[in-house]
Amino acid sequence: MFDERRIRIITGHYGSGKTEFAVNYTFGLAAAGFKTAIVDLDIVNPYFRSRQIEPLFEEKGIRVISSSIKGLSGDIPALSPEINTVFHDKSYQAVLDVGGDKVGATALGRYHESLDREPYDMLFVLNANRSFTQDLDGAINYIREIEHGSRQKVTALVNNTHLCGETTIDEIMKGQVLCEKVSDALGLPIKYVVAHKSLVPKLPQNLKGEVFPIDIYMKKPWE
Amino acid sequence: MAKELWKGNEAIAEAAIKAGCRYFFGYPITPQNEIPEYMSLRLPQEGGVFLQAESEVAAINMVYGGAGSGARVMTSSSSPGISLKAEGISYIAGAELPCVIVNIVRGGPGLGGIQPAQSDYYQATKGGGHGDYRLIVIAPSSVQEAVDLTQEAFDMADQYRIPVMIMGDGMIGQMMEPVEFRPVAKRTLPEKTWATVGTAGKREPNIINSLFIDPQECENHNIKLFKKYDEITANETRVENYNVEGAEIVFVAYGTTARIVRNAINKLAEEGIKAGMIRPITLWPFPTEAIEAAANQASVKAFISVEMSMGQMIDDVKIASNGKKPVHFYGRTGGMIPTPAAIVEHAKKVLGGAK
Repeated sequence: MFDERRIRIITGHYGSGKTEFAVNYTFGLAAAGFKTAIVDLDIVNPYFRSRQIEPLFEEKGIRVISSSIKGLSGDIPALSPEINTVFHDKSYQAVLDVGGDKVGATALGRYHESLDREPYDMLFVLNANRSFTQDLDGAINYIREIEHGSRQKVTALVNNTHLCGETTIDEIMKGQVLCEKVSDALGLPIKYVVAHKSLVPKLPQNLKGEVFPIDIYMKKPWE
Repeated sequence: MAKELWKGNEAIAEAAIKAGCRYFFGYPITPQNEIPEYMSLRLPQEGGVFLQAESEVAAINMVYGGAGSGARVMTSSSSPGISLKAEGISYIAGAELPCVIVNIVRGGPGLGGIQPAQSDYYQATKGGGHGDYRLIVIAPSSVQEAVDLTQEAFDMADQYRIPVMIMGDGMIGQMMEPVEFRPVAKRTLPEKTWATVGTAGKREPNIINSLFIDPQECENHNIKLFKKYDEITANETRVENYNVEGAEIVFVAYGTTARIVRNAINKLAEEGIKAGMIRPITLWPFPTEAIEAAANQASVKAFISVEMSMGQMIDDVKIASNGKKPVHFYGRTGGMIPTPAAIVEHAKKVLGGAK
């Protein structure tokens, strides 16, 4: 776990749970003792962005880099020059949380020169319960659009199939079947199978991909 | 159909398509942009038309035209954009045309901010535009409810020839929840004999208009509208009562706020305090009778209207409770969201004072 290249890019359909995975991943990296930074590149979603829980990151010594315009209500696609830090300062282990569609991915494309210089890992978070990524064609199309927008290539898949609090093992396995199809079609490995901590013991053994237990941090106001 | 995970805004858009909406006219504004974006992708697939107008004013007048031809039409916006549409909404109400208008409310006044709010309650339920008119105003509290009620909204609009507003705060529009698209109860809908679809030389032309040169005629029109509004009040008022029986304190809350209040009620129960909630699902017609009934209930000591505003619905709660029980208020505004803990504290303070 966490053995990806220094620059990790997290992409996926908005609403796939991409940010929740990115947040958990970042916390895991920091807990493993790495000097960690999270870059919130989401210029598409106005709510539920990783910057929303900035104090939680700071508590754990994680550097948060987001918009150059501070404040939750920022509706301005302003990328901070500070983002370049993670490309230049190689002492950081970096997680880039990218907006969830081809438009959101365009923000990442701006850094293609830096990314050309250093190999990265780009994880595509797949949720088989999202309308546009429910079948093989839809998922491949979405991956291609994000690759096109970001000018980068996905290097691995993450099965994050869920229904918020109503997730069952069957749901996760449904997503696993789709991930395996995408994996075969595109020659991409399934790197992680995400499940809430409470569901992990019930998951079958020998899944393709490592089981990645998560907690929920991106909460709704009544949760 | 199995459940899927949907973002509130796109779920509302898909529900409209499932309800037969084939025309969407709009203009972008956060936090509702996923609605036009989704429509721009899906409507052409369904043989419909998505059009981004040059302004909100243009968009609502395109809705006016589309609705006049008898088509199922929708527009969506967020607070400042709805203000711009207000004139057109009044015209549509005056001309008795069915359409659906979505307002994903953000903080105000003015440009305000993009975080969730409920401070357009007055605008939605008391006017916004000019003249004596009403909209049916529906306030979903979950993405599932948004999906069900958006589909029903088109039927309501057609049944009564009235614009229906779906009023969600930004959270309803932006959050992800499991959803099942399911058919809504069938209504017998009147034929649209008034629509401007061409006479084929067989009848007099239909005229869609809200102008009355003769004041008596205009008054008659208003009286006719209000007969219809009475009928809607009798037939379409929707409300959910949660733990109201035996409650000492009754919250009144809708939308996202109702979800938070539900959590607060459960926390209060853990401390032995009996609290309940009346959740208006239609903001107009307002569930006056449910509040009146609670006001007459011996156990109830007070009401608390909880809103993401400085207190707008509280007026309707006071009118409905008619001085029988005190009505208090707790709210956050400008895009701030009340926490369950703050609501619990406020309830305790009110009960302490009410004893």
